[in-house]
Amino acid sequence: MAYYNVFGEKVSRKRYKEMVNAAKNRRELITAGLTSRRDLMKLGLLTAGGMLVAKSGLSARAYGQQQAIPPSGSNQVCLPGNQPASPATRAFVDPLPIMPVTAQTPLHSLSPAPTICPNTEAGEVRAACHQAPELNPSMFPFPPPRIYQMRQRAVTLRQSPDLPPQTVWGFNDGTHGTITPGPTYQANYGTPQLTRNINALPPLTQNGGFGMPSVTTHLHNAHNPSESDGNPCDFYGIGSFCDQYYPNVLAGFSSTNPPNGDINESLSTLWYHDHRVDFTSQNTYKGLVGFYCLFNEFDTGNEETGFHLPSFPQFDIPLVFADKVYDSESHLLAFDLFTLDGIIGDKFLVNGKIQPFLAVEPRRYRFRLLDSGPSRFYSYFLTELNNLNQVNPFWVIANDGNLLPNPVEVTTVRIGPAERVDIIIDFSKFAGKTIYLENRLLQINGQGPVPTPPFTGQHFGPQVECSNAGGTVLSDILPAGAGNLLLQFQVSSKAVRDNSVDPATNPSFYSLPSTNVAPRIIRTFKFDRLNGQWSVNGQFMDCNEFRFTASQNSSEQWILTNLTGDWTHPIHIHLEEHQILSRNGLPPSLAVERSRKDVVEVHPNERVQLFFRFRDWVGKYPIHCHNVIHEDHAMMALWHIVANGGDNINVP
Amino acid sequence: MQDLSRRNLLSLAAAAPLGRAFASVKGAPAQDADPARTKARKKIQEQHLPNVPLISHEGNEVLFYDDLVKDKIVTVNFFYSKCDEICPMVMANLVKVQKLLADQVGRQLFMYSITLKPDQDTVDVVRNYRTALGAAPGWTFFTGTTENIDKIRKGIGFTYPEPAIDRDTSQHIGNVRYGNEPLMLWAACPGQAHTKWVAESFEWMVHPELNRVQKS
Repeated sequence: MAYYNVFGEKVSRKRYKEMVNAAKNRRELITAGLTSRRDLMKLGLLTAGGMLVAKSGLSARAYGQQQAIPPSGSNQVCLPGNQPASPATRAFVDPLPIMPVTAQTPLHSLSPAPTICPNTEAGEVRAACHQAPELNPSMFPFPPPRIYQMRQRAVTLRQSPDLPPQTVWGFNDGTHGTITPGPTYQANYGTPQLTRNINALPPLTQNGGFGMPSVTTHLHNAHNPSESDGNPCDFYGIGSFCDQYYPNVLAGFSSTNPPNGDINESLSTLWYHDHRVDFTSQNTYKGLVGFYCLFNEFDTGNEETGFHLPSFPQFDIPLVFADKVYDSESHLLAFDLFTLDGIIGDKFLVNGKIQPFLAVEPRRYRFRLLDSGPSRFYSYFLTELNNLNQVNPFWVIANDGNLLPNPVEVTTVRIGPAERVDIIIDFSKFAGKTIYLENRLLQINGQGPVPTPPFTGQHFGPQVECSNAGGTVLSDILPAGAGNLLLQFQVSSKAVRDNSVDPATNPSFYSLPSTNVAPRIIRTFKFDRLNGQWSVNGQFMDCNEFRFTASQNSSEQWILTNLTGDWTHPIHIHLEEHQILSRNGLPPSLAVERSRKDVVEVHPNERVQLFFRFRDWVGKYPIHCHNVIHEDHAMMALWHIVANGGDNINVP
Repeated sequence: MQDLSRRNLLSLAAAAPLGRAFASVKGAPAQDADPARTKARKKIQEQHLPNVPLISHEGNEVLFYDDLVKDKIVTVNFFYSKCDEICPMVMANLVKVQKLLADQVGRQLFMYSITLKPDQDTVDVVRNYRTALGAAPGWTFFTGTTENIDKIRKGIGFTYPEPAIDRDTSQHIGNVRYGNEPLMLWAACPGQAHTKWVAESFEWMVHPELNRVQKS
C-alpha cells in the first residue's frame, strides 16, 4: 500500500504514521473545544512540531529552561536548550564600527606572482585555471587591474566594554589590520579584480574551543566562475592560499546579452564568508564574514549621479547582524559544537559590536542589512521608545542585494540567514530624536518562526514555547520596544543637504528579467529530516558526488519543497539569482519578493517554484540550506554546469 | 603547545599493538599548559560529555569521558539491536567505513556505538549484535542504564526540539558524532552518507590540516 503527503507525494509508512498522529492530536484538541493553535499553545498542549506535549511535560515550555523576557532594551532573549544567559552588557555605549574599504595591494607584493592556472607547488589550492582570462583576455586581463591580498588571521578585540577582549578570526587586507567583519570591497562592474586569500590562522591548539583553521572564501551572490566561487569542497589549511578572480561582469555577457551582459542582472550588495564544508558555522561565527559592494553607472555610490542613491560610504552603510552567546563564567564567546538544530544567541552584534549606536544626520541613508546567521531570522522595525504606538515606515530598495524595480514602502521587513535587504531610512522626520532599529521577531530555536496554519506566506502566528514569567504565550512579532534593540540612531537636529532620491517619488531601478522562457528541465528538491539527518531528496552532502548536471546557458525551473514540519529553511543557490515564480502555486504576495534573489526562505509545508538561468561559466556549485548548522550537517548538494550537456534528472 | 602531526600519529600507530584499547592521541597536550584551554575543555566535558558509566560488549565497565573520550579521537553513534529501519543501514555503512580506515581505527581513532534500549540490549545481546555485524577491533559497543545513555545522547546533541519525537526511539538521530577531544574539534555527519565521504570526514579529526580540491 502506498502513502502520500500533503503534496500528493509518496512517503514511507513510518512518515505517514507520524503525519496521521500529528493530525489526530490536533483534531482531538479541537473536539475538546480548544479551537485555535494559540489556545493550545497557551495551555502548553501543542509543540512546534504539532505534537501533543505528554502529560508529565505539561508546561508552557516543553524544551529547556528559559528566562522571562526582561524589560525592553536589555537585549536578553530566550535561549534554547538549557543554555545559561550571556553576561549582562550595557547597550549603546560603543559607536557602530563602519568597516573600511578594502585596500588594494600592488601586484609586485604578491609572492609568488599570480598565475592563470593553479600554482600548486607554491601552496595554491584552486580547482581549475581561471576561466575569465582564458575566455576573453581583453575583457578579463590577467593580472586584472585591481589586486587584493587578504589574510585570514586571529585577532583579539572587544565586542562590548563589559566583556573581556575576545579572540576571533577576521580578514587583514595589509592596511587596516585584522578586523571582523572584514573590510568592505568597493567593486565596480567592468573592473575585474583578483583577491589572494591566504590562510594565516593560528593552529588548532589556539582556536579557543571552536573554529577549524581550514578555509574557502565564498563570494555570496557573485556571478563568478566556479574556481573563484569559494566552493565548500575546495578548502585549505594554514599556509596555503587561493587566488580568486572576480570578473565583476553582468550575467549574460557571453550568452544572452553579449558583449556586456544584461543590465537588469546588476548586483549591488554581496558578501564574502568562509564556506568550509561541515565547519562553516564555526568559522563564520568566529568572524570570517565581510561585505562586497558592487557599483555601476546607475548605482554609483554617489547621490549626485545615476540613481541618486545615498553616497557611499558616508550615507550608504553596510550592517552585518550576528547573534551570539557568551559563556556565563568566562564571559568569552561560546559556540555550541553539538547542536543539530541551530544556534540562537542572546547578544546582538552589528558590525562586530554588541548594540552599538550611530550618530546620523536628519537626511536619507541607505543601509545594507545582512543576516550573517547562524540561525536567526529578523523582522526589522524602527522604534521610538517614548512613542511606541507610532508606526515608522521606511523603504526597501533591494532584496538580497538586487535593486527592486521600484522602492517599496514597509513598516517592517524580514530576512533570514544569508539574506540581505537594502533599506532607505529618512531621518529628517526624527531630527533631534533617538530611534532604534529593532528586531521584533521572536525565535527560540533553530526551527525559525513558526507559522499559523493555514499559512498565507505573509502572516506568522504565535510562536510556541517561549513564555514570560506569567506563562502567557507571546506572538512571534513582539510588541514595539519588547524585541531586541539592535542599533541606536542618534539623529542630530541640524538640517543638512540631501541630494539623494526621495523613494516616495517612485524612481525606477532595474526591470525584472523575463521569466517567460521554456525551462530545459524542471527539477524538484525535497528538503527533509530523516532520522535527524538533514537531507536533500533523501540524500546527504558528499563532496565526491555531483548530483546533476546543468547545461551551460540553459534555463531551468527548480521546485523546492519543505517536508521538515515546522522548520523554515533559507535555501541558497550559487552562481545566478533566481526569481520566485510561485509559493504553493501562487505568485509571491510580498512586493519585496518580486525581485531577483539568491536565498529563498522555504517555509513549513511550502513548495516554492524558482526560475533560473545558468549562464556564461562552467564548473561546480552547491545548493544548500543557509541555516549554517543544517548546512554543516549535510543539507547541501553539489551539482555542476557543463558546456553542451545537462542531464534529465528531475529529482537529483 | 603542539599540533597533531602526521609523524606523531604514525609513530603512535607503530608503537601501539593492534587492538590496544582506547589509546590517547599522542602529541596532543593531555595536561594542557594553557589554563584557558583546560577550562574550555572542561566546559565542553561538563556540558556535553558526561562522565557516566557504560558497559562494553566485553563486559568491562568504563566511564564515558574518562575512559572513552578524553585525549582521544572518537566517533559516537546510537543503535539498538531490534531496530529494523535506520540502524541496519547506518551500522552496515559504518562497517564499510571501518574497513576503509582499517589502519587507523583502534589506533588513532576509536569508534563507539551505544544502545538506546539497554533493557533489551544486555551485554550478551550487544556482543552478539556486534559479532553478527562484523565489526572489527577498535569499534566498541556499549550498554548501560537508560538514564546514563540518555545523558550521553542529550550531551552530544542528538535530540529533537519536539519532545514527543525526541522520546520516540524509532526516530532516533541517525548521525554520527565525531571529534578530537584534546583539540576541541567536534562535528557530525549523517550515518547514511556515502561511505567514502564519512571516512573522509572522520579523517579530518586525525589530519585537520589537509588541503582538498574537487575537480569538475
